[in-house]
Amino acid sequence: MEIIVCIKPVLDPDLPPMKFSIDAQKNCVIPPEGMPAVMNPYDALAVEAALQIKEKQKGKVTVITLGSGEDVQRKALAMGADEAVIVKVEGLQEFDGPAKASLLSCAIKKIGSYDLVICGRQAADWDLGVTGSMTAEYLGIPVLTRAKKIEITDGKLRIERITANGNETYETVLPALVTVSSEMGKPRIPSGWGIINATKKSIISWSQSDLGDNHRKVLGRNPLLKLYASSNERKCELIAGKNTEEAAGRLADLIANMTGK
Amino acid sequence: MSNGRKILVIGELDQKGGYTSLSGELLGGARKLADELGGSVDVLLVASGNQDWKNLCRGADRVFVIENPNVTIFDIDTITTVAEELCKKNSPELCLMGQTDLGRDVAPRLAARLDVGLCMDCTEVKYENDKNCFVQTRPVYGGKAMAIFASSLGRLQIDTIRPKTMPPLDRQEKRSGERVTIADDKIKIQGNVKLINCEKNREDGIRLEDAKIIVAGGGGLGDAKGFEILGELARVLNAAVGATRVPVDEKWVPHHMEIGQTGKIVSPDLYIAVGISGAAQHITGILGSGKIVAINKDPDANIFRVSDFGLVADYKDALPILVEKLKGKAA
Repeated sequence: MEIIVCIKPVLDPDLPPMKFSIDAQKNCVIPPEGMPAVMNPYDALAVEAALQIKEKQKGKVTVITLGSGEDVQRKALAMGADEAVIVKVEGLQEFDGPAKASLLSCAIKKIGSYDLVICGRQAADWDLGVTGSMTAEYLGIPVLTRAKKIEITDGKLRIERITANGNETYETVLPALVTVSSEMGKPRIPSGWGIINATKKSIISWSQSDLGDNHRKVLGRNPLLKLYASSNERKCELIAGKNTEEAAGRLADLIANMTGK
Repeated sequence: MSNGRKILVIGELDQKGGYTSLSGELLGGARKLADELGGSVDVLLVASGNQDWKNLCRGADRVFVIENPNVTIFDIDTITTVAEELCKKNSPELCLMGQTDLGRDVAPRLAARLDVGLCMDCTEVKYENDKNCFVQTRPVYGGKAMAIFASSLGRLQIDTIRPKTMPPLDRQEKRSGERVTIADDKIKIQGNVKLINCEKNREDGIRLEDAKIIVAGGGGLGDAKGFEILGELARVLNAAVGATRVPVDEKWVPHHMEIGQTGKIVSPDLYIAVGISGAAQHITGILGSGKIVAINKDPDANIFRVSDFGLVADYKDALPILVEKLKGKAA
């Protein structure tokens, strides 16, 4: 089984809110000191899902990244991925989902044969949730989204997912693309051996022109006008009391008033 | 008098056969934008069986219906293809869908097929007359920031819309559109993806989206038992119970209780956050709350920056006292 996983680095989503700041002139986030980028958490789950499939049936896992992201690729290799491909891109806006999907689909076509492509359901920076579906469209393969479980038997792919409707199970044929959601579980932590072995695995680097003419021009149909920090702050009145019992009692009074009891 | 500019809404129906609240909001928002543009509103629905067409056609200029009983809301390929054909034929300026399972799947695929602009999970879509463009606002970085994107008229823009951000259709709206059935030969039932099974959720109690009072628990509860204690408070307040992503990921509670960016967007009059740290991805789902009360033993928790009232205490100590006092008042 040839599995390709699309991964990218993002600003650590667990960044304390106080460390989050925006450069108003450049309309971008100021990289916080001392907090390096991490693999997009959903992408880490995608790598995990790929490795689990590789463990069940023999296969090869290749990770792809657009732009910068060697650290994140080394981590994927340390988790157990076999090979990594980086595509150097020019003028690509991180929030341009369609352009990224187009580039990814060309890179995947250049890799050649594959059975399954796995992506995270969305990235924790721009939260688009479109790259997987659009990449599948450009590749002309079926897409199943927000999977919590992936099963492959006899060239057929089944996924389970949880939606507002309930628990859904879908089936399609390979090759296909799947996006994964957090219900999938937790990604493995690379072992010491994994980290050492990762340094021996190859990271292949391609330039945008290596992808040929087929890829659509980087379009930017939706220019970013402004990026600004959310102001969801409220003035919080802390309920005081000489002990928890007293304070909780006061809170009960407050809630009773609010709810008309 | 319409100038030919169109807005297409892909609507969804609830179990009773009427619009979902979000679809009602899309219709209201589309109507308002169409009036500003001097244009008209088309709706696309999957609806076989008896519907209240008077209700479904109100506010729209045309309602296109996929009535073929072999097509359900799970047939994303088919719905996308029908939408694609409608867009090619009618050239709408804007296509709106809810940020729902359907919208999350149809919007990007439709945008890929038509090669057009796309904005997901928008909290606002405005028409700027002087610049002849739409501006879309959407939360990013898990809700820590907001981004505004532009799209020019003259080429389709596809937007999915967050619940509770567009105003629903005006009750005074008298306009009622014509119903147009999509011919069966235009519906190519795509074969590749099959729905094998759908087990409906057993969502007990009050629906979070409609609840006036919500009591929610986060990772700070420590374990599934924490939700039993929370449940007592919810009962005494006649509240719905929700959770952040942590209890769901830890499998203390089912997914349908999740509130936040990847869960439900809620707007109760009162939201009580227990053992919730206040991560942006959760806060983004409760911004519409009237009053927010936080109970957390960590005085530095971010939740206290976004609440109206706070109690720094261990919930295991505080909640039983709250429950007892509130029971006393109800008596």
